[in-house]
Amino acid sequence: MKKTFKDKLSERIFLALALSSISALALITVFIIIQGAPIIGSVGIFNFIFGMTWAPSQGEFGIFPMIVGTLAVTLGAMVLGVPIGICSAVFLAEFAPVPVRNMFRPAIQLLAGIPSVVYGFWGLIFIVPLIRDYLGGPGLSILAGSIVLAIMILPTVISITEVSIIALPRTYKEGALALGMSHWQAIYSVQLPAAKSGIVAAVILGTGRAIGETMAVIMVLGNAPALPRSILDPVRTLTTNIGIEMGYATGDHRQALFATGIVLFILIMTLNITAQYITRKKKQK
Amino acid sequence: MKLSTRSGERIAKILIWTAAVFVLAVLLFIIIYILARGIPVISWSFLTEMPRSMGREGGIASAVVGTLLVTTVAILIAAPFGIGTAFYLAEYTKEGVITRIIRFCAESLAGIPSIVYGLFGFIFFVIYLNLGWSVLSGGLTLAFMILPTIIRTSEEAILAVPKIYREVSFSLSATKTQTIFKVVLPSALRGIANGIILGLGRCIAETAAVMLTAGSALRMAFSLFDSTRTMAVHFYILAVEGISMENAYGTAALLIILIFLINVVFNALVNRFVR
Amino acid sequence: MHSKFEIINFSFYYNEKRVLNSLNLNIRANEILSVLGPANSGITTLLRALNRLSDLDRGVRFEGDILLDGKSIFAPDVSATALRRRVGMVFEVPTPLPISIYENIAYGLKVNGKMSKNQISERVEYALRKAALWDEVKDRQHIPAMSLSGGQQQRMCIARVIALNPEVILIDRSCSGLDPISTAKFEESLVELKEQVTVVLAPHNVQQASRISDRIAFILMGDLVEEGPCEKILTTPDDKRTYDYVTGRFG
Repeated sequence: MKKTFKDKLSERIFLALALSSISALALITVFIIIQGAPIIGSVGIFNFIFGMTWAPSQGEFGIFPMIVGTLAVTLGAMVLGVPIGICSAVFLAEFAPVPVRNMFRPAIQLLAGIPSVVYGFWGLIFIVPLIRDYLGGPGLSILAGSIVLAIMILPTVISITEVSIIALPRTYKEGALALGMSHWQAIYSVQLPAAKSGIVAAVILGTGRAIGETMAVIMVLGNAPALPRSILDPVRTLTTNIGIEMGYATGDHRQALFATGIVLFILIMTLNITAQYITRKKKQK
Repeated sequence: MKLSTRSGERIAKILIWTAAVFVLAVLLFIIIYILARGIPVISWSFLTEMPRSMGREGGIASAVVGTLLVTTVAILIAAPFGIGTAFYLAEYTKEGVITRIIRFCAESLAGIPSIVYGLFGFIFFVIYLNLGWSVLSGGLTLAFMILPTIIRTSEEAILAVPKIYREVSFSLSATKTQTIFKVVLPSALRGIANGIILGLGRCIAETAAVMLTAGSALRMAFSLFDSTRTMAVHFYILAVEGISMENAYGTAALLIILIFLINVVFNALVNRFVR
Repeated sequence: MHSKFEIINFSFYYNEKRVLNSLNLNIRANEILSVLGPANSGITTLLRALNRLSDLDRGVRFEGDILLDGKSIFAPDVSATALRRRVGMVFEVPTPLPISIYENIAYGLKVNGKMSKNQISERVEYALRKAALWDEVKDRQHIPAMSLSGGQQQRMCIARVIALNPEVILIDRSCSGLDPISTAKFEESLVELKEQVTVVLAPHNVQQASRISDRIAFILMGDLVEEGPCEKILTTPDDKRTYDYVTGRFG
């Protein structure tokens, strides 16, 4: 197709703008790695990842407790948040009366829009004292972090799951009902399995959000850089390690925080790529 | 057997309703909890006075201005890039290697935690480009962060424009560029604006990334190169350092109200001015 | 009478599926040619090829050639936009752009530039009169075009094409959704237009073809079965398949 000069020019301009996301990702990757890699080199990758002590003033940089902390808090958040999220999504997609649905959706949006610090603050003044008074321990704990994160990932899990249920062809449900299944059987044995890849993607993206969250968990985790022994112990995550110390760190210490960032970055990118792979496979079907 | 499936079904339904009611209840509880304590603090002087003694007294005027400045910079930078990318993806290319790479990068950017954006913004804008802790560093970092949001929502909006509009435009001898600017853009404007609002909300709510790049200066920012403190950062510092719970509640309530208002006002404006 | 379009051995493929088979057809200047045939015979594809709207589709390919006034419309120095200025298209479903009536009709003029405001508004009035819509909308040209009735929208789409002063107008089954009165008005304006332009029409049924065409071409499954003067095709066609179709024993 013959193109005019203007058309070619505007295509070039749009292409140039579109390259922004490639350069953004490249810049971020390069700069984080340049800053963090040297310290991993000098400490040793094994000692960095599996080291049990984080004592920047003594030049000890082991982030194993924070990796454990991140995994523990995230797992807790998923255990609490995912079932509630999926149930709510099924509710929205299949059961909710129209006025309720119309109220629910914007409410979910608002829930997603509230600053994470506000969630953290609410956790600090409401959840933490509850745990301290009824379950013991300092209150600032894995459990508190998991509860706050569970609430924060709800919008992600609910909206993606709901979309993947709604996007199913109507014939799935109608076929199931025509075979004499009840509404619930249709949901449980036809619709949910068919929407599986969407639900898995929702869970993975929710996990990514939970792992990446910083400010909310800083306020409720207690931030002790040591291995926890129970869910009532305080703990520090990869993100909070950066969030707490970045303000004053210099030299090796700052580099070690960037190195923490690299680990976090790799973790998140792995999840991202998995989620993208799953959703892409779904689209191809 | 029949009885047990029916009672199982009833239990499942009860669970689902409970979950949904629980979600709504938690949301309402958090919002009401904060608003009930925060709204009484908000007054004209709270909005217009400078913070005094680290924010223990006085208002939050400089934080309001800081939020405004940083957010404006972020939107002004991210919107053209994001919308341009969306048009490139939706209008120009066949699905191929380039689109796949661009999509991969955009989706990956969307998943990167804000603290990583903060690290990057700190090392790149604050240190490497020597912009210091400033409105500009903060705004640019947030622009990176909201870019994928704007790309995704804009692309959806563009793809939602009926194909026949483009065909009509072409059949009336318009060029591709004219078709994009005269037909597709106006029709997609509402969705694009929605994406910008989402980005705006994320900027206002963001704490980690701005704290590391815009700093936390309490004085009024007068230029793009001044350090500043956004409302979210101010709230965080007030709450965590226990400076003033009262002012922390006030700031948090203001943040929630602001985000709520932006959504409501935006929808009203859109319904009024955009088809 | 000279040929406006000469379609020479023209084949068209969607994803390697052939939808037009070596068509040979001349379209004369200032005639109304109806291209008749059952759905999915490739008629829309033919019309879209005539002003290269098919350029927009993916996975398409053609063989053969189409000449407009003796010159190939696919020649490298022919721009699609210039071609579409000469060969306008009215779509099957009336599609007003989501702007005012006036802006819809002025759209093609504005994208081509070089006209003053006064010239444009004169041209809009001219086009609306030609499409028999002027009396109905002259006082409300600036309301959204979507608020017109279906028949009015259809005539507006014609006016939108007329405004560009095209040499050929392609019309794709445009009356399917219209009531009889709107259809009559629509057909009247076509007959009137014939003096200045060539009309290639995919009629929405045989009756419409019989009312307004000079000649009829019958296409079946991508093949041109036969073409000829209106009465001949409708009463004494050479091919049995044509006879079956026009007498309603088919499809």
